[in-house]
Amino acid sequence: MEQFTVHTGLVAPLDRENVDTDAIIPKQFLKSIKRTGFGPHLFDAWRYLDVGEPGMDLSRRRLNPDFVLNQPRYKGASILLARKNFGCGSSREHAPWALQQGGFRAVIAPSFADIFFNNSFKNGFLPVVLKESEVEQLFREAAAAPAYKLTIDLAAQTVTTPGGTAMHFDVDASRKESLLNGWDEIGLTLRHADEIKAYEDRRKRTEPWIFA
Amino acid sequence: MTARTLYEKLWESHFVRQDPDGTALLYIDRHLVHEVTSPQAFEGLALHGRKPWRIGSVVATADHNVPTQFREQGIADPISRLQVETLDQNVVKFHVKTYFGMKDHRQGIVHVIGPEQGATLPGMTVVCGDSHTSTHGAFAALAFGIGTSEVEHVLATQCLVTRKLKTMLIRAEGALPAGVTAKDLVLAIIGKIGTAGGTGHAIEFGGSAVRAQSMEGRMTICNMAIEAGARSGIVAVDEKTIEYLRGRPYAPQGEMFDKAAAYWRTLVSDPGARFDKVVEIEVAALKPQVTWGTSPEMVVSIEDRVPDPMKEKDPAKRGAIERALVYMGLEPNVAMTDIAIDKVFIGSCTNSRIEDLRAAAAVVKGRHIAANVKLALVVPGSGLVKTQAEKEGLDRVFLDSGFEWRDPGCSMCLGMNDDKLSAGERCASTSNRNFEGRQGAGGRTHLVSPEMAAAAAIAGHFVDIRRAH
Repeated sequence: MEQFTVHTGLVAPLDRENVDTDAIIPKQFLKSIKRTGFGPHLFDAWRYLDVGEPGMDLSRRRLNPDFVLNQPRYKGASILLARKNFGCGSSREHAPWALQQGGFRAVIAPSFADIFFNNSFKNGFLPVVLKESEVEQLFREAAAAPAYKLTIDLAAQTVTTPGGTAMHFDVDASRKESLLNGWDEIGLTLRHADEIKAYEDRRKRTEPWIFA
Repeated sequence: MTARTLYEKLWESHFVRQDPDGTALLYIDRHLVHEVTSPQAFEGLALHGRKPWRIGSVVATADHNVPTQFREQGIADPISRLQVETLDQNVVKFHVKTYFGMKDHRQGIVHVIGPEQGATLPGMTVVCGDSHTSTHGAFAALAFGIGTSEVEHVLATQCLVTRKLKTMLIRAEGALPAGVTAKDLVLAIIGKIGTAGGTGHAIEFGGSAVRAQSMEGRMTICNMAIEAGARSGIVAVDEKTIEYLRGRPYAPQGEMFDKAAAYWRTLVSDPGARFDKVVEIEVAALKPQVTWGTSPEMVVSIEDRVPDPMKEKDPAKRGAIERALVYMGLEPNVAMTDIAIDKVFIGSCTNSRIEDLRAAAAVVKGRHIAANVKLALVVPGSGLVKTQAEKEGLDRVFLDSGFEWRDPGCSMCLGMNDDKLSAGERCASTSNRNFEGRQGAGGRTHLVSPEMAAAAAIAGHFVDIRRAH
């Protein structure tokens, strides 16, 4: 897994609530059997004026000039600023893959849907929960200042504005450690293989039908 | 001993170990696998030279991409075909024992066939790379959707790294009026608590209105727990649960069944168990529900009108309403019954079980779909549901009414196969998500019960099912 330590990057604001994973990466791109190639189709239905299909020649597609991420000032953005319940709906991990492959390292919002939140951590893509008032402040500042950048420091659990304000965020200790080190979660779990086997042996006695 | 909720019982019985920060290893009993979210997981296993921990826990099927007609000709779209063939190959390569492939007569939507086969049992943890895994909670199983990395993790370790959820009880009391279904109840719940209302929680659905539901109705309710933000919805075991499972192929048989059933009967929340949150709903006055917008929480009763953004004081909510109305091509204050439709979809893991098809067939019997309805699809949830419906003559009822009778799969719930809406088309759908583009780019989805979808097909616009007869 890709590590996440400290990241400073350009901020792109996506000012709507309940952004669902169907919007982040539409279903026609889920037919891929690979983990890559989703970046160009991030927010496909909002980003382009034509209907996207896998394998299209991207250079011929018409960009939607009204979509925020298409504005020249947000080109190269790596931190997405979003509203509450970001990532709701389908469990598709293709959503964090698309965001990551679309150049983003982190997304900041007042709340996330559970499955998206969880999936993000598995990929070195950091979802940051800040207070609603703080997110509001960041939206205001990002709109006012061109080339607005934030610094996210995972070890310190802070988001720092260009003006020097540091906003604290919470993160589970184990998730933080995994992300800081880029650890392979399966490898970590398999260190407990004996405990898993012992658990199975107990269950086989009490609920044998589960193992039939 | 302290009184425990059903969720706490399920959690504690699957708990392998815990770290000081509350992160736990949870053991997984049943792993449901489909073609869309599994290829990268199997590939990951192979890349690391890992073997599945307990392949017997896996039940696999192809459902999202499969065509619902002319199946004998195979899948025309090469990308969809490759995905289904990749699952076929992974089944062989990793020795998956239980696979209902596209040509198997038991194939169907993963959330329909799990319970139908008795592969979903009370007291199990059930996961699948699909958010509607919450469906299986109707059997007092702790069931939730996971991402592809977690699919790989469960394959390799039979465990998930997770944390204990908070608990929410939604107590629905009273008797649902005629024409008002489990679907209307769960849509009303989502309208009340919002699409993030259950975030971070496992929701237990209880109360007399839930107890009165069949297993099919309970599955419909738990199915949409995720639309209220909750990864899991659960219903306590009762005799209906046990009778549904008796004799199912993958359920225990004979004496073992009785032994299992004795344990299953303990899978209820203890009297006095404390929930983090309790929501009370009185259902006696509940009306049929229809969504008007692009989120399942954007729902009103059939007697209502399309909301007027000018009446909304919160600017964020007002903006969301305005944006949804533009996408949906709707004007404020229009009566829901004045909204004409182009297509009808009866199917999906929410409403494609035999009871759903019976209810829809009863509405359309002896009538014909309206001239403005371009396509009305019935897509049974599984091959076995289809066979049962045909035995009862429901296929004839639908065909005579102008519906198409298709083969099982996810179909137009998300349009990964050829069944989809074109831009601007409006659909009365028994599925679970009305997100932008969900049923096809630019398509407009209104979520309703099977009865309401059937009545809309006949009238060509939404109608109040209570007055449709």
